[in-house]
Amino acid sequence: MGPSVVVRNLSAKYIGSDTWTVRAVDLQVNKGEMVVIMGPSGCGKTTLFRILAGLVPSLIPGTVEGEVTVEGVDVVRAGYKQLVGVVGLVYQNPEMQVITRSVIEELAMGPENLGLSQEEIQKRIDWVTHVLNLYDLLDKDPQSLSGGEKQLIAIASVLTIKPKVLLLDEPTSMLDHRGTRLVLEAINQLKKEGLTILVAEHRVEWAVEAADRVAVMGRGTILLEGKPEEVFSRVEDIQRYGVRPPGIAEVAYELRKKGIDIPIPVKLEDSWKLGVGSK
Amino acid sequence: MIVFDKVSFNYGDKGFEIRDLSVEIGRGEFIGVIGHSGAGKTTFAKLAVGLLKPISGRVLVDGMDTKTTPVSDLARKVGFVHQNPELMIFSSTILDEVGFALRNLGYPEIRIKDAVGRVLESVDLIKPLNFPPHALSFGEKHRLAIASVLVMEPDVLILDEPTTGLDYGRCLQLFRVLENLHRNGKSVVVITHDLDLLGMFAKRIIVFEKGKIIRDGPTEEVLTDISFLEEKGFIPTQLQRLANMLGVKKLTPQEIAEQIIKKKLI
Repeated sequence: MGPSVVVRNLSAKYIGSDTWTVRAVDLQVNKGEMVVIMGPSGCGKTTLFRILAGLVPSLIPGTVEGEVTVEGVDVVRAGYKQLVGVVGLVYQNPEMQVITRSVIEELAMGPENLGLSQEEIQKRIDWVTHVLNLYDLLDKDPQSLSGGEKQLIAIASVLTIKPKVLLLDEPTSMLDHRGTRLVLEAINQLKKEGLTILVAEHRVEWAVEAADRVAVMGRGTILLEGKPEEVFSRVEDIQRYGVRPPGIAEVAYELRKKGIDIPIPVKLEDSWKLGVGSK
Repeated sequence: MIVFDKVSFNYGDKGFEIRDLSVEIGRGEFIGVIGHSGAGKTTFAKLAVGLLKPISGRVLVDGMDTKTTPVSDLARKVGFVHQNPELMIFSSTILDEVGFALRNLGYPEIRIKDAVGRVLESVDLIKPLNFPPHALSFGEKHRLAIASVLVMEPDVLILDEPTTGLDYGRCLQLFRVLENLHRNGKSVVVITHDLDLLGMFAKRIIVFEKGKIIRDGPTEEVLTDISFLEEKGFIPTQLQRLANMLGVKKLTPQEIAEQIIKKKLI
């Protein structure tokens, strides 16, 4: 699979600010990959997403240096209006994204604004309803839905524009466990559909279970990047950067401290590496 | 300290939000309250501090009935920190913000300054007293809101989803502040979805579902009961699952590692 997102030596700052919010970031995400970006508040992950979605500098003024392409499109030059069908961005607060009084209207709004035929609009709604299993929600008033269901509709209404890359900015941070579970199931389903997905997330465990790769950001730059097992095996770095490792990795750190030489697992299915459960 | 005696409550328009609830919060506890959105957790907290009054049954705060006791008297016993600290901040300096309640009580300025200084230290917020609260970070605003409640020296502190919008480092910092208050004899009640932090800090877990308490027990008991948590739609953490697989009631990485060694599994 070829590259979908290519970021080379990217730096960015907002208008009126002296400090660079994003500094010398290099990142490549291949088609169909899911990459999770972690890091403390203010580490630059939201700004990186805004740039990838063409919002900075064309909507939010600022200076952007370096090279950023998504599916071959220079996003900085193109701006958000030209990125419809290329990048879709879902924000953390579902309350602010769902605006109509019917789920179907919500799903149809994007493709209607693109001037697509009724037939094509219906086809897309059918597809997203199937992929995210929205059958029970279609006839409801979005305002009556739970937070998790609203977030699902927010993701679905971005998907009807058929982006090639989906950006999710802390999609579960405002949700309870039921809502989180709905979003997780959606992400796993979209991975199967071959979508390229970038997720900014604090909650580590679910993200690591689903991620192909993890990038840890801090002070505007990418500090660590690789497969989840590689990134979380850098014990000292992880602790220094203020990212909480998955619980199973923390247990492995403790065992290593006691002189037991073992690999660092990140997924619960690898608990056998710690002698717990079977392979 | 706080007693719910067969309490029911609703907001008037629909079914009962809290139904026939009886529970006690003792002195010096550290309680985690969990439950899905709409389970009645916030209503429970607001009933506990007297912001809402029961429709039937009684809530007693240190023996005082919340129906007949002014909220200002209750505030000396129990403090409530709102989910969104932005909504609690209205003064132009930290001193005015945290000292607001004491000034209303007519305390002399020197005593107010002294109390505000002490309480800011206890929440690990070291800033000049004339610093504008609106310029604080989100995490700092949260600790300021806690300080404004603590200045009344309540015995019980109730926080509604204090970790929303905080990253892991700031969550940990906040819980360390709470742990410290707990060590100094305060009761701390935290409503949160973060089972990870509760596993580290809380001593007792109360689970709400549809306005009722469906489970109430020691943290290690409740959070290692994976089949219960899953049946109720919660997502247990890896540590909780590992503890369950090992058949132990331990929730820290250190304790779980020790069990693995003790059981000679590795």
